[in-house]
Amino acid sequence: MTVVFLILAVLTTAGMAAAMGLRNLVHCVLALTVGFTGLAALYLELGAQFVGFTQIIVYVGAVAILAVFVIMMTQSAGALTRPSLSSFWVGGSLVAGSVFAVLAWAIFSRVIPRQMLLPEPEVTVHQIGDALMHRFVLPLEIIGLLLTVALIGAVVLAIRERQGMQ
Amino acid sequence: MPETIDQIFVILKHWVLGYVPAEAQPVFSALLSVVSVLVVFPLLFAITTLLERKALGRIQNRYGPNRTGPYGFLQPVADAVKSLTKEDIVPHTADGVVHFLAPLLLVSAALLAYAVLPVGRNMIVANLNAGVLFFFAVGSLVELAVFMAGWSSRNKYSLLGAMRAIAQMISYEVPLVLASIVVIMAAGSLSTVAIVKMQAAYTGIWPHWFVFTPWGFAGFVLFMIAATAESNRSPFDLPEGESEIIAGYYIEYSGFKFALFFLGEYLGMFATSGMAITLFLGGWAAPFSFLTWVPSYFWFFFKLFVLIAGFIWVRGTLPRLRMDQLMNFAWRFMLPMALLNIFIAGVWHFMPAGPSRWLVCVVLVAAPCILLSRGLKQEKKLQVRTYRFAE
Amino acid sequence: MSSLTSYLLLSALIFSIGLAGALTRRNAILVLIGIELMLNAANLNFLAFWRYGPNPAALTGIMFTIFSISVAAAEAAVGLGIILAVHRHFKTTDLDQMNSMKG
Repeated sequence: MTVVFLILAVLTTAGMAAAMGLRNLVHCVLALTVGFTGLAALYLELGAQFVGFTQIIVYVGAVAILAVFVIMMTQSAGALTRPSLSSFWVGGSLVAGSVFAVLAWAIFSRVIPRQMLLPEPEVTVHQIGDALMHRFVLPLEIIGLLLTVALIGAVVLAIRERQGMQ
Repeated sequence: MPETIDQIFVILKHWVLGYVPAEAQPVFSALLSVVSVLVVFPLLFAITTLLERKALGRIQNRYGPNRTGPYGFLQPVADAVKSLTKEDIVPHTADGVVHFLAPLLLVSAALLAYAVLPVGRNMIVANLNAGVLFFFAVGSLVELAVFMAGWSSRNKYSLLGAMRAIAQMISYEVPLVLASIVVIMAAGSLSTVAIVKMQAAYTGIWPHWFVFTPWGFAGFVLFMIAATAESNRSPFDLPEGESEIIAGYYIEYSGFKFALFFLGEYLGMFATSGMAITLFLGGWAAPFSFLTWVPSYFWFFFKLFVLIAGFIWVRGTLPRLRMDQLMNFAWRFMLPMALLNIFIAGVWHFMPAGPSRWLVCVVLVAAPCILLSRGLKQEKKLQVRTYRFAE
Repeated sequence: MSSLTSYLLLSALIFSIGLAGALTRRNAILVLIGIELMLNAANLNFLAFWRYGPNPAALTGIMFTIFSISVAAAEAAVGLGIILAVHRHFKTTDLDQMNSMKG
């Protein structure tokens, strides 16, 4: 539990909690971005450079911007006067709390064998590319297909029927 | 002796670090690198604002600023004094925190990008294993800053400008990344230091820069066009065009925050030019093998000046593109060209060296370029103009 | 508490925050954001086990995380498209008001 980990963990948790708790939707997405960046820093701390930078490019640079665009397009005037919590929020919070309790109990009850203090694994992008092309080539092709389908599907869902109103 | 001048800054840094206790040395080393980046590039920004105004003036057949100091040299100082002393007006209904943070995020993201640019031999702030990926990750933070600026001002035109700017940046980010993938394929590494090292060799007097190959040249042109669009510069400056939407997403900013936006935009331009130099133009390597005695940092900044002059020249020459022309250009011309470029780089790699390889690759680059541009041109039938009242 | 335990605990915390948000908020977009949080927590879990696990050289954790990020991005895009389409019909993104299947 190093100082760096503590700072990053506090930052990430605060960002995520704010993302789920704030009233203003755009503030939620901005807090979410802070949380994503905190997570990316944690990935860098774990030694996975490629995944950390990919997290920033994909989540901060694409998913957050997409969420913001959709918020812009679906905002109505009386958005801030409605209650922000759903009508059965008590049950939801109870479920989430109990899930966390069960997970924490599972983590603490398991005796994790003393770590062998392995040196930090030196992962180069070359190794990742090698693995993608040899051992994981089937998932790679399936992901390509899935992304194509998702792209076409998102465009079909969002396009308006009358072509004049773009 | 040439090696000493070449490594003078590295030697200076090691000398200064000698006076620091051993525990604090990594922190001090990082601090020194960061301070030097913070000094050099904003100075370059100040010089560029003056250069741009003078050069644009000359292109448009007028003098640029020539009142403040000889030939207008003190104009950046005057601009700095003006922007620091102007009143900082924040709209009453604006979202205070987001309004304040937007220019900060923009400038921070632009400055972070300099961490992976090798400005000279052994002169880089952070030699990351995935350097090019870090550069693009930081570039995507700029879009968020633009949105924050546009939305927090609670102004219809500001929001419209921000949405246009983000749409343009996202559209041109794809050809930007694809154009740099060719170089990564050829170099086999994402580390900027390794990419420059590969280009620092010579056959005879000719250098091994990637721009001197067909796929490299096409990639360089695509990268520079996409870089112009990413920094919202003319001819892609519809989001901030003065005659359309006044200042776009930074209408409601005044004084120092406006200057920060300006600074962030220019720093982004320098950073993408620096990346283009690293990927395609050989980084700090000299153009000919008999010129290697000139220090490496001189070559980097010389190439940077050439690219900046190119940016200014294009700004003064080409008219502004409309939004739909912009988007068409990105998705229907640049994206297919970038994808074909990757294929051509593969062909280049697997063919044996010689004139046949050159012929095949040049034809493979030129033919789709010509076909695509012809196919996408919108034919407008021009008629003889008839005047209704002036006969 | 070892490093692995702290990372797992953080991942569980982020997961439950995402779950709480997805179950209690009214707005459909926030539910989607909650789902993204849960996926991110799972990614952190994968990487923690890769780093402190027995065989980091096999790169399984990193590969799984890369694929998980891609799938999450695709799912976010499609989900937001669905929200847009539903908004055009119901004129609201309030989940409590979307309680009839009549078109």
